[in-house]
Amino acid sequence: MGCSVKHPPGDVTGAVMVVGGGIAGIQAALDLADTGFYVHMVEKSPAIGGVMAALDKTFPTNDCSMCILSPKLVECGRHININLMTLTEIESISGEEGNFVVNLKKHPRYVDMDKCVGCGVCATKCPKKVPNEYNERLNKRRAIYVPFAQAVPLKYTIDRDACLYFKAIDAGKKGKCKICAKFCENDAIKFDDKEEIIEVKVGSIILAPGFAAFDPSKFDAYQYTKSQNVVTSMDFERILGATGPTEGHLARLSDHKEPAKIAWIQCVGSRDINHCDNAYCSAVCCMYAIKEAVIAKEHSKIPLDCAIFYMDMRTFGKDFDKYYERAKKEMGVRFIRSRIHTIFELADGSLSIRYADEEGNIRHEDFDMVVLSIGFEASRDAREIAKKTGISLDKNNFAVTSCFSPVSTSVPGIYAAGCFQEPKDIPYSVMEASAAAGAASTTLAPARGTLTKKKEFPPEKDVSGEEPRIGVFVCNCGINIGSIVNVPEVAEFARTLPNVVYVEENLFTCSQDTQEKMAKVFKQENLNRVVVAACSPRTHEPLFQETLRASGLNKHLFEQANIRDHCSWVHQKEPALATQKAKDLVAMAVARAALLKPLEPISIDLTPAALVIGGGVAGMVSGLTIAKQGLKVHIVEKENRLGGHALKLRKTFKGETVKTYVDNLVREVTEHENISVYLNAEIKNLSGFVGNFVTTLTTGEQVEHGVIIVSTGASSSDTEEYLYEKHPNVLKWFDLDKKITDEPERLGTAKAVVIINCVGSRDDQRPYCSKICCTHAIQNALDLNVLNPDMSVYILYRDIRTYGTREELYQEARSKGVIFIRYDLANKPVVKEVDGKLNVTVTDHVLGRPITIEPDFITLQTAIVPRGHEELSKMLKVPINAEKFFLEAHMKLRPVDFATDGLFVCGMAHYPKPIDESITQALAAASRAAVVLSKEEIKVEGVVSHVNEILCRGCGRCEEVCPYGAIAVAEREDGIRVAHVQGALCKGCGACAVACPTGAADVRHFMDTQVLTMVEAALGG
Amino acid sequence: MNGEFEPMIIAFCCNWCAYAAADLAGISRMQYPANIRVIRVMCLGRINPNFILKAFQLGADGILVSG
Repeated sequence: MGCSVKHPPGDVTGAVMVVGGGIAGIQAALDLADTGFYVHMVEKSPAIGGVMAALDKTFPTNDCSMCILSPKLVECGRHININLMTLTEIESISGEEGNFVVNLKKHPRYVDMDKCVGCGVCATKCPKKVPNEYNERLNKRRAIYVPFAQAVPLKYTIDRDACLYFKAIDAGKKGKCKICAKFCENDAIKFDDKEEIIEVKVGSIILAPGFAAFDPSKFDAYQYTKSQNVVTSMDFERILGATGPTEGHLARLSDHKEPAKIAWIQCVGSRDINHCDNAYCSAVCCMYAIKEAVIAKEHSKIPLDCAIFYMDMRTFGKDFDKYYERAKKEMGVRFIRSRIHTIFELADGSLSIRYADEEGNIRHEDFDMVVLSIGFEASRDAREIAKKTGISLDKNNFAVTSCFSPVSTSVPGIYAAGCFQEPKDIPYSVMEASAAAGAASTTLAPARGTLTKKKEFPPEKDVSGEEPRIGVFVCNCGINIGSIVNVPEVAEFARTLPNVVYVEENLFTCSQDTQEKMAKVFKQENLNRVVVAACSPRTHEPLFQETLRASGLNKHLFEQANIRDHCSWVHQKEPALATQKAKDLVAMAVARAALLKPLEPISIDLTPAALVIGGGVAGMVSGLTIAKQGLKVHIVEKENRLGGHALKLRKTFKGETVKTYVDNLVREVTEHENISVYLNAEIKNLSGFVGNFVTTLTTGEQVEHGVIIVSTGASSSDTEEYLYEKHPNVLKWFDLDKKITDEPERLGTAKAVVIINCVGSRDDQRPYCSKICCTHAIQNALDLNVLNPDMSVYILYRDIRTYGTREELYQEARSKGVIFIRYDLANKPVVKEVDGKLNVTVTDHVLGRPITIEPDFITLQTAIVPRGHEELSKMLKVPINAEKFFLEAHMKLRPVDFATDGLFVCGMAHYPKPIDESITQALAAASRAAVVLSKEEIKVEGVVSHVNEILCRGCGRCEEVCPYGAIAVAEREDGIRVAHVQGALCKGCGACAVACPTGAADVRHFMDTQVLTMVEAALGG
Repeated sequence: MNGEFEPMIIAFCCNWCAYAAADLAGISRMQYPANIRVIRVMCLGRINPNFILKAFQLGADGILVSG
């Protein structure tokens, strides 16, 4: 939770520093910049992106990592309120929450950022090759380089340690090479670049420096340093990656043969206190190993045998178990529960793995390649950062936080997000990033908007009714285009095209000076449409559009022909055909440009209030975070009191008392002037859209609000198994909690207790893991051990899933004599009543024989199940998954947003999770909601659908296909039914236009005529 | 084109994935034949079957719809 506001309004700085440009840092920066704070983003490498930029695919959706990340990179790099400082580190920090002063050290890039256009000619000419860190040193890059093709900023950097010129200079000799400078047509190389110290004032600091991958070199038994065919999981990501050392071809590095058998070895550098000091579980390795195995099978041209050697399969997240089962049953990935002894390299480079199976038998099997699933360690910079900021680190050098303030460090105003705290996956890093942004905004709310910048443009010229006057600018991109495509010929051809009144060739159309010249040409030639033939509109369209705006032209009067990425770069050996294609692409762009129309963004008023459905911990935290920012919050709770399921919980996995926290939270919520609580209330009726919802409650009240946060929670299921409700000593999990609190003495007299895990979880009916049960069972076992150290406590489990630092509880329980017996779904424990006493029979996994226990009582870790979500999902028009948990917009990068704008989800309504994660998600949902609520009005781009009401017959086909709930048929005043587009929700996908049988629905900027004219131009040329 | 049949292919690409992939092919300097013309749309949901028929009618030899 955010700290309370100590300063009078206006006495805090409306800027935030984000340290680390990985996915967590990026998300935090975007959230803050979108809610009225200026962000200084500090990244020590030459580009943002972090580890996610180097991953091939992401689980459990198998999305291409770079494909989903790169739009965020671009958004961050281009945001007017994000000051991106690469090659920069913190030097020192002074001040306190609300008003920090940070000194930064900016290392020289030796390339002028203003002049470099990222054309890359320098790198093709640079004679010095060095290992490429982005590809895990498996191939080479040049001494002048960008870390990866999609890097933001796309500016080259000279690696001083590798550069021949600097090497000579640093050795006291005369530097000669300078080839890069000779070939740089833009004069961007700056050998005299110097280190700078920059002072920045900020109100809060968010630390997201990420993690370091474990280095397995020290493990002799795994042959990592000796065999090229033993690779780390990060190496393997690059081997799978299309931009990796093998260009995405699955091959061994020793002989480039395609492997037929690959083994993954889990827990390398995790859960290991013998070979290293990492007692914790790295939380993501099980899932990434399964993903790598599945993707490798997809890549392989021959049938590929994949085997994963593991201790416990920890697939505890949303849809993870289903992914695991699919890998096992459909993809044929083999899972071998084992302990690895050694790996031997064979004569042909293959590897023989010697391991102990579950029964303790020593076995061996040969593989072509071995992948080590390396764990996460604290960032190498963690200690340095802690020293400079004063924050506390734990024994593993992860940032210390509490379960109740999961993103607050020990220093007020300094927050931690992502793997800086402990190992975690991408969605939880993203949630923590949003949560940290939410917590920071709570304190800084009085200074919102005080330091942000806004672009001012001249009024737009009215071009309606004018004949198109098109200007065409053909770029050489240094030699990138001009050396293949005959640019003068393309320019000459452009002059012959209809409506073209001006044509110009540029060396670099995107350079600052060309942009200034272009703005003058627009006016001189009285242009009303502009075509640039250059690189990709995905990277450069916004830049050119801004020049149009600065010249008083609507930005939608622009079209770009991609004659570099789609032409000169991919047809390097066919200059004549490339030139012909470039001409066609220009003709297509010109034809489209002639039909382009100016579009106005749509502005809609909004109600600056939030409706929170569900008054559990998640709902209360999100509501309070929004209320503390000065916004109105309505919390609707079905029961007669706030608190939800947290009322049943005793303590967090870190041992903090839940009751005290919940009591304080309830009081704070109840007393807050901006919060209205409606008890015994549910949603009866809801209408409207983002910014403008009206909701009627079952209690009769009507509330108006701009956003909705769904935090309806979940509950523990009942069961018919194991004599539950048939024998008084068979309890559900929280009944034991209650007994530990209420009657410890009586409990202490028990001689034996059995705790059964996965009751109703991970079976055919509920193919998911309830996530919290393993840790809960172990904590209760430890408490029983304290009550009576002689008590025999048995935990019957399927996999122990104490992820992250929860693993330490598991180790403690084992050391204290808690007995863990593993069972299979096919061979569940049998509970009987014999002479009034309980009798449990379970097959011991080591002995392979049934054993019988006579416990005093049994507790069942029953599954966590959602309640009443079907009805609510229909009312809110948001999806639920097969297990009836609410489905977020994107599992990786939009973990608390719904696809429909203005709706958010947090807590167990999303998936079972412990209280700390619910609080994180709640803070994140509040931060995301603030992105909507902190604006004065809702503004959307003009590229949206529209309906010609004369042609519309009100059939509703458009409404059926719209994924965003943006189009609906309604009765007009005259009684005629027609479709109506809610521009605020429309994403311009065009599904309605395709579905419409009469041609009434169409998408602005991508109208039928505007698309088809390109087809005509392409084929007519 | 060398007297041999060379098809003219029209590709409709989604801005967010397939068009981005074509950009990446460029960045990676992957070489492919020059007889394809890419038309960018914001989503493949925009592709009306009529676009495809129209393209064939106008003389396209192949259509790639990718997103």
